[in-house]
Amino acid sequence: MTGGHDSAKGKLEAQGVTLRYDARTIAENLSVVIPDGSFTVIVGPNACGKSTLLRALSRLLVPSAGQVILDGKAIAGYPSKQVARTVGLLPQTSIAPDGITVADLVSRGRYPHQSFFRQWSQEDEVAVASAMAATQTTELSNRPVDELSGGQRQRVWVAMVLAQQTPILLLDEPTTFLDIAHQIELLNLCQDLNAAGRTIVAVLHDLNHACRYATNIIAMKDGTVIAEGPPAAIMTEKLVEDVFGLRCMIIEDPVSGTPLIVPKSGK
Amino acid sequence: MITQVVEQPGADPAGHPASVLPAAHRPCGASTSQLRLQRLALLALSAAILIVFCIISLLVGARPVAFSTAFDALFAYDPVSAEHIVIRDYRLPRTLLGLLCGAAFGVSGALIQVATRNPLADPGILGVNAGAAFFVTLAVGLFGFHAVSSHLWFAFLGAITVTLLVYAVGSRGRDGATPVRLVLSGVALSAVLGGIGSSITLLDPVAFDSLRLWSIGSLAGRNIDVVVTVAPFIIFGLVLSVCIAPSLNVVALGDDPSRALGANLVRTRILVVIAVTLLAGAATAAAGPIGFVGLMVPHVVRWLTGPDQRRIIPFTILCSPILLLAADITGRLVLFPGELEAGIVTAFIGAPVLVALARRTRASGI
Repeated sequence: MTGGHDSAKGKLEAQGVTLRYDARTIAENLSVVIPDGSFTVIVGPNACGKSTLLRALSRLLVPSAGQVILDGKAIAGYPSKQVARTVGLLPQTSIAPDGITVADLVSRGRYPHQSFFRQWSQEDEVAVASAMAATQTTELSNRPVDELSGGQRQRVWVAMVLAQQTPILLLDEPTTFLDIAHQIELLNLCQDLNAAGRTIVAVLHDLNHACRYATNIIAMKDGTVIAEGPPAAIMTEKLVEDVFGLRCMIIEDPVSGTPLIVPKSGK
Repeated sequence: MITQVVEQPGADPAGHPASVLPAAHRPCGASTSQLRLQRLALLALSAAILIVFCIISLLVGARPVAFSTAFDALFAYDPVSAEHIVIRDYRLPRTLLGLLCGAAFGVSGALIQVATRNPLADPGILGVNAGAAFFVTLAVGLFGFHAVSSHLWFAFLGAITVTLLVYAVGSRGRDGATPVRLVLSGVALSAVLGGIGSSITLLDPVAFDSLRLWSIGSLAGRNIDVVVTVAPFIIFGLVLSVCIAPSLNVVALGDDPSRALGANLVRTRILVVIAVTLLAGAATAAAGPIGFVGLMVPHVVRWLTGPDQRRIIPFTILCSPILLLAADITGRLVLFPGELEAGIVTAFIGAPVLVALARRTRASGI
């Protein structure tokens, strides 16, 4: 697994993008490469443009300057279903239609593989079954989504994105509403998926999770990338202070050997 | 690729065997084929009920007709038999109109509910009814067209014009025609047009009277020409609705997820507006603004089918005419030998059903 720097090859990258919501500029001239096969975690304080970057990488937000490149071509030039077969996104908020069952919801992840003349196929069936198996939602398949717990529901949404069978997976704060056990469970799943060959990009708030699971960290502040690289190489007390304004101590995680950030008391 | 993941220790505390994929696959496949069979049976049942109501609609009325006579009227027409004339000239167009307009009102309701993610939306919020009513008012009040037949084109033109206007107003700005903007501009324009319309009808008693008749909504008194005029629009609208059902399923998940799944939001919304305009516009033009069908039927159907538009729309096509024909038939019976307009009957059935729906603990949302 490469935890590459600038030299790493990436199918997906942003080249000098300027990201705006109406008049509000989130990031200017931002360039980011997602190394192939990496588990990249984007960290940074609130409103630093992490989610916005993820939206741009999944062509949900069109940059007002610069471009996002997928497989050597501008992402805007692809048919939208073709992008959806390559890049999957788990957004922060999704709506589960009332009364929809788990199996039905996961099946909707097959949309980019279907067309008017090619509706449900054996391939879709297999993709849905294996996505549910990987997220341990198979037993829930006939349950209505709105009756599930928060942790189960998030696993179902992940299953839907997995059913999309994309080589690249973008996750926007996938652990935010989960308790600690479910957070770890979800991150373990991401790690497994990454080990199985998928490129994962996740926005996470917890630096210790980022350090433990990421092969590549992108630390952002005010719409710019402050540091980028494997956790052990870039995660320093100075970086945490620069990016988050938090004084801390960094020790070795006794379980994984990765950097462990311990905030210092007071200012 | 994923099987590897599952087989990893820790990833599967339930201890599934290595062959988890086919095992997981089997029960899922079995239950879906069983469900599919169940739904086909339900679909066949709806079709059968619809056919029964069509037959009753031909037989029942101020002059009840025997089944054999109705059969003869359709297939061995005798132009001097009064009963045959009643069937051919009155009950047949009325029944066909009930079929077409019922399906049109129902499906346009289903579409507008999923597109606006509002389980209580009806085509009226896109300004369809207001537009149709306003143009009919203009036709009657300013230009003096009092014949019902002339109202058809004015109503249709009004429905289309105002829906396009609502879409144009609602789609300005960065995000385009979001559900909320469409609803707001629809409600705003409807209110303005309603106000102008009322002032015209209040000043002109003759116009008031003919508009009053139109605005109740009824299947009675329309000849076969009306049916032939609106049929192509409604049929095209229904076909379009069936075609966009898969995209609507994805759009229902929210803007970001649907775009991430490769759905074309703008195109889907435009197609929805076109379909709703054609369906509700043509049906309102032909039968007047009959409420509740578009609101209620998709609701009840969702109850039976779950939130899958690829099933909701075909079921709505079958079930909505059942309600409209039932309302029309009831209207012919309650004041026998007089008649109560279908629009009034659906309101009478609709109001309690709506209250019941609102009181259900789990309303069938989108």
